Formats: sequence, C-alpha cells, structure tokens
Amino acid sequence: MQPWKRTLIGLVAGLAAAASTVPASAQQAGTQFIGITGYRVGPYGANGAAFFGGFTDYLAMINERDGGVNGVKLSWEECETEYNNAKGVECYERLKTKSATGPTAIHPMSTGITYAILDKAVTDKIPLITLGYGRTDATDGRVFPWVFPILSNYWDAATGIVKFIGEKEGGAANLKGKKIVLLYHDSAYGKEPHPVLEAEAKKLGFDLKMIPVPHPGNEQQSQWLQIRQYQPNWVILWGWGVMSATALQTAQKVGFPRDKMVGNWWAGSEIDTVAAGPAATGYYAASLNLAGKGFPVVKDIEDKVYAKGKGGDAKLIGTVLWNRGVGAAMITVEAVRKAQEKYGKKPVSGEQVRWGIENLKLDAGRMKALGFNTMLPPLEVSCQDHGGSGQVRFQQWTGTEWKSASDWMKGDSALVRKMIEESAAKYAAEKGIKPGCAS
Amino acid sequence: MLYRESGQFKTSYAADQQLFPILQDRVAVLALLAFALVGVPLVATDYWFTAILMPFLVFSLATLGLNILTGYAGQLSLGTAAFMAVGAVAAYNFQLRVPGIPILVSFVLGGLSAAAVGVLFGLPSLRIKGFYLAVATLAAQFFIPWLLVKVSWFSNYSSSGVITAQPMVIAGFAFDTPVRKYLLVLVIVAVMALAAKNMVRSRVGRAWMAVRDMDVAASVIGIRIMQTKLIAFAVSSFYCGVAGALYAFAYLGSVEPDGFNLDLSFRILFMVIIGGVGSILGSFLGAAFITLLPILLEVILTDVTAMTGISLPPGFISMAQLVVFGALIIFFLIVEPHGLARLWQIGKEKLRLWPFPH
Repeated sequence: MQPWKRTLIGLVAGLAAAASTVPASAQQAGTQFIGITGYRVGPYGANGAAFFGGFTDYLAMINERDGGVNGVKLSWEECETEYNNAKGVECYERLKTKSATGPTAIHPMSTGITYAILDKAVTDKIPLITLGYGRTDATDGRVFPWVFPILSNYWDAATGIVKFIGEKEGGAANLKGKKIVLLYHDSAYGKEPHPVLEAEAKKLGFDLKMIPVPHPGNEQQSQWLQIRQYQPNWVILWGWGVMSATALQTAQKVGFPRDKMVGNWWAGSEIDTVAAGPAATGYYAASLNLAGKGFPVVKDIEDKVYAKGKGGDAKLIGTVLWNRGVGAAMITVEAVRKAQEKYGKKPVSGEQVRWGIENLKLDAGRMKALGFNTMLPPLEVSCQDHGGSGQVRFQQWTGTEWKSASDWMKGDSALVRKMIEESAAKYAAEKGIKPGCAS
Repeated sequence: MLYRESGQFKTSYAADQQLFPILQDRVAVLALLAFALVGVPLVATDYWFTAILMPFLVFSLATLGLNILTGYAGQLSLGTAAFMAVGAVAAYNFQLRVPGIPILVSFVLGGLSAAAVGVLFGLPSLRIKGFYLAVATLAAQFFIPWLLVKVSWFSNYSSSGVITAQPMVIAGFAFDTPVRKYLLVLVIVAVMALAAKNMVRSRVGRAWMAVRDMDVAASVIGIRIMQTKLIAFAVSSFYCGVAGALYAFAYLGSVEPDGFNLDLSFRILFMVIIGGVGSILGSFLGAAFITLLPILLEVILTDVTAMTGISLPPGFISMAQLVVFGALIIFFLIVEPHGLARLWQIGKEKLRLWPFPH
C-alpha cells in the first residue's frame, strides 16, 4: 500500500471514530436549549445571515444582561440548512435530540422546510414559529396546534397593501375603476396572494392584472412592456431575491414611478433596494417590523454583546431582516418566560413552550418594557388566532434607509379570517383532524 | 485468503448465470440485507432513520433510475427531479381520488405515470444525442414543476401548490413510525434494485449497452433503436417516479413542486458520476457519498470546535464543510474517474490475491 493511501485510510478511520465517540449532547444541563435551523451560505445566505445574526445576538444579550430567563441561561446551536429542504429535515432531527427539553421552538425561515417538518413537529411536540411565511391557514390553531404564523401572513399582507393603496388614493371607495398590477414571482410563493386579491378586486371594484415573472427574474422587459400598455395606477411587487431589484430598475427604465409601487415584506429589505441603486428611491414596502437602530433593545445588544466583541457582523445591525431576527428571538424568549409562569422556573419542554406561545400577550406597554417600542405591533395569540396581530406597516425607501410611511394597520381581516377557516377545514378533512382547542 | 472462488465448481448453467456467482458475495449480500432488516432497527435511533437512512434509500432509488438511463443506455438526462415530482403528485392524486386504493398500487401507478411522461420527453432522444439531449430533458425539468404549480387540480387546490401525503396503511397496518417507514422503503428499494440488477443482464439490458456503446453498430446487428431508447426512458422514469412517491410519502410528508428543482436533478446526476456510471452498486455508493458525507463532515467539524472551545464566526463550519466536500469530490474523481464502484471492484480483485499479491 502506498503511504498516502495509508494516511488517507487512517484519517478517514480517525474522523469516523471521532464522530462516533463524541457525545451527541454537548449542551450544558440546566439551560434552555434553542435549536436554530439557519442558513448563512447558499443562494439566500445574505438574508439568513441578517435574520439569524439578529436572532443569536438577542439571545446572547439576554444571557449577558439578565443572566437568562428568570435565571435559566439560554444555550443554542445553529445547524446550516442552506435553504435546502432535505438538509432542513436533517438539521431538525439533529437538533431535536440535543437536549432533554427539545429545541424549544423552531423558526424554519423557509416555506419549503416548514412544509417538510410540519407533520413531524406534531408527533414530536415541537412548536414551529413561521414569521410571515409558511402555511397561511395555520393561523387557525384549532387545526394546526403546533404551528404559529406569528405577526402576519401573506393574506394579511395582500389585503393590507390594498388598504394602503386605498389610503393613498384617498379612501377605499376611490379604488373603484383603478388598475392594479400584481407582478409576482412565478412560484408557489408568488401565487399565495391570488385568491385574496381576486376577492378584494371584486369587492372594491378595481381591475386586477396578474403578471408572472419566471424564476429568478433578472430579465423583465416583456413584463414591464405589458405594464406600460396596461397603464396601471399601482404595481404590487411580490418578489423574491434578485427579482425585486430588477423590477425596480426596469420600472425606472420604462418610466413607471417607484412611489406607485408597493412590495411585500420579502421584497422590502436593504438587500433588494441597495442592489437596485437610485432606482429604488420612493418605493414602498409592507413590513412586519421597523428597521433602524433607534430602539432601546438595539442599544442593549450593541452595549452588552458587540462591545464585548461577541456579536456577529456589526454592519447588519438595524437592517430590516436583522431587526426581524431580534423580534423572532424575543417572541421565543417571551414564550419561554410565559411557560415558566405556569410550569416553574426551569428549562421548559416543547409542549410547555407551545402553551406559552398560545397564551402570549405583548401589548404596547410590554413591548416598550422589552425595549422594542414600535418596532413590532402589539401581539395577542390565542388558540383561535395563531397569528396574534395580522398588522403590517409600510416603509418607504429614501435612497439610504427605510423610513416608516404609515402606522400599524390591519387589512381586510374578516375576509382573510373567512378564507383561512375554509382552507384549514379542508386540510382537517383531508388529514382526518378533529379541530379543537387544547385546554 | 477468505475471498477466493477456487473450489466452487459450477455444474449447471443456472449456477453459472446466477446473480452473484461467488459464494462469498452471496453470503455478504444476504448478511447485509439481514442486517438492514433486523440489525439496524434494533440499534438505530429516530435521527438515523429520518435524517440519514431514509434520504439515502430514496436517493439511491432515484440514482438507480438515472443510472439505468445514463449509465446503461447512454442517454444523458437532467429531468430526474421532474420525473420524481410526477411520481409523487400522481401517487398523491391516486390516493386522494380513488377511494380505497392500496398505497402500494398508488406507488406503482405513480411510477407508471412518471414512465409515461418520461417516454414523452424521451422522444427527442431519437434525434438528438449527448449534451443536446441533456438540454432537451431540461425542458421537462422546467415544464413539469411549472405545470404542477399552474394547474392547481394537481395539488387539490392548495393555494401554494403543496401536497401533503396521506398516511401509509397496508392491509390495516399503519406505517407511521420512522422504523416502519424505513422497513417499507428498504423492502421496496431492495426489490427494485434486484429487478434492476437482473434487467441489466437481460436482453433489454444488453440492448441498452449496445446502444450506449455505438448506436449505429447496434442497429446493424438488429437492435431496434427507438424501442430500446424509449424502454430505457420508461424504466428509468418508473424508478424515479417511485423514488419521488417515497420521497413525498415516507421521507418528507409534505412536498412543494419547487422542491423538485434543477438542483435536485444535478445532485442525482452527481451521485451517478461519483458512484459509478453503469453500476447498480455505484448508485448506492454515490447516494451515500453525496447525502451522507456532508452531514458527517458537519457533525465532525461541529464537535471538534465544541470540544476544543474555539469560537468561530457563524457560518464558518458550513463554508468549511463545502470546501472539504468539494475537495473530496475532486480527489475521488482524480484517483478513480470511474467512480466509487470501480474502486470497490479493484478492492475486490486485490482481496482475491491477499495476502500474497504479485
């Protein structure tokens, strides 16, 4: 045998031995372990790095500032999914066994991974928190006890955008006869708002034209030609990734005013607007949370974490997605706190955390006490309503930063609720689930 | 010393033509199967079943399907994931719309639907070859997921085109736990692998290889090119379709059409190339290499950093894992361009002479 082969075999054997001898659970006992299925590499790595950066920074800050939640320290481990469904499942299964109390709650940050672990989470009794993505009808907690589309879902966003456009036109009544284009990513994600926008068009009397952009969407000449011929009053941009920036640039090329364009929240981060350059100035986007550094919690993170050299990339602080990650971590931590109220000040299990999320109530006063002020809307989750808010807020890109352009507002919640219940009932019938609230 | 066929005399044609002519091979294969059926369920944890063994088996089956088409019949295809999608969605719809249909029948019908679609997209292969055919099969890869999202009937009018697989029940026995799902998938994969192993030795298989090696010569000796190529497409797509159905029903539970993207097709093609083009065993080795090695690398790197207490920037481990994985692929392709199956074969030949090599 040649020496290099011997070395190689030795190396492989050594690595395999190392992998098998290391204990599966490297977590310290007595901490609240939080499993994170994140992504910082791959096609959407930039988005993930901001979101999960904020997420872990907040957890670190809670440990540094408060010494954990009621004295129970937080520990966490991030597993890289690369936004890939199969790897997401593997990460989920791996994190599940890392601690006696499970991974607390999982934020998949990917609709595909959400679907892939939806059934598993029910059997494993692990809550899923899907902030502004995933299954819209999971808002009906009677059918989906383990899934929490906290804050808002796509249908809230779509009706919220229509309402915002109505306000800009001087009242919803003025929408009659107006022309609105939905420019959407031609995928399952882009098709989500179709039913609710069609219902709105019928109800409010505006003309709706839906134009698909094939993935990835870096060529939109023909779509914008159609838009120019149609001469709409507004364009709703349901974009993802490179498509959003290209839409803004092409709009500038064909001379469509950007302040007549409204994006949803996945088309409304710095990653989209900075890439579009000056073409993005004036563009509106719905948001789940405000951007910026002007919140006490951001200052706490800077002082307690970054000042000690423990944080991630300081450039991301205050961006839309980073703030969203901080908010997502806060919701997880508050759910743990709520669960501790009922089950005692020790690490809580997935089942107990589920109770904590379902009974979570964060009014404006509590948000302020937590240092979030108006970054997030007030939140009240219940078994009936796993969303807890349904409110969106609009921001406008000034060319350098996102500025708030409206207050927290609700779309057509009655319409959305009706459609959610219909869809959830259909799912329940298909899967043989008996809807109901756990006591 | 141990692995030597001397003294094993064949006294009938049947004995000479059997699948594994060497006694040690037969024993090893049976022992492996027995271990997978009995030993593994005794020792493995849920993590092993759902995160490691299940994707390995499902991707092995898909790789086997592509290997039949690319490795044996020589037709390069980039539509594997699309054919898997057809299998998954068809099986789901048969379960949904035909009351009381057994799940295994749904899987077979899912496979047959994929085969029909495969034949359709295989028609261009009669005119175009090589890389140009790969581009033609790319059409399937773009068209089918698009169609599945566009026509919402396929997903029973789910707003996002996602299908949720029904529970698997065979004769009143529910395959609902990871162990049971694993055993079901294992049996299906084992039976289909056995069928493939036999098929490639049959008249059809030899015709595929003749077409692959030189289609003009094959037609001169009387092989019908059209029939042979279309059978290859049908059989290959059938395997991919069943793999897709298992991917949806046994592995993930809920799947979206976007999950069956070009990326997945490429991964399966890489499994074929790494494992060994034109080898049944290679399909399993390639699937193991591509699905399991990244996980192993990541676990090792995570544990090493945790043990040594080095704090690395987040995302570093994943990047490092990709670098190491890429380097290993290049390493193996340089050492053995014919894939892992060839390495295995060389190993076996050496074993015959061991411990006294020339």
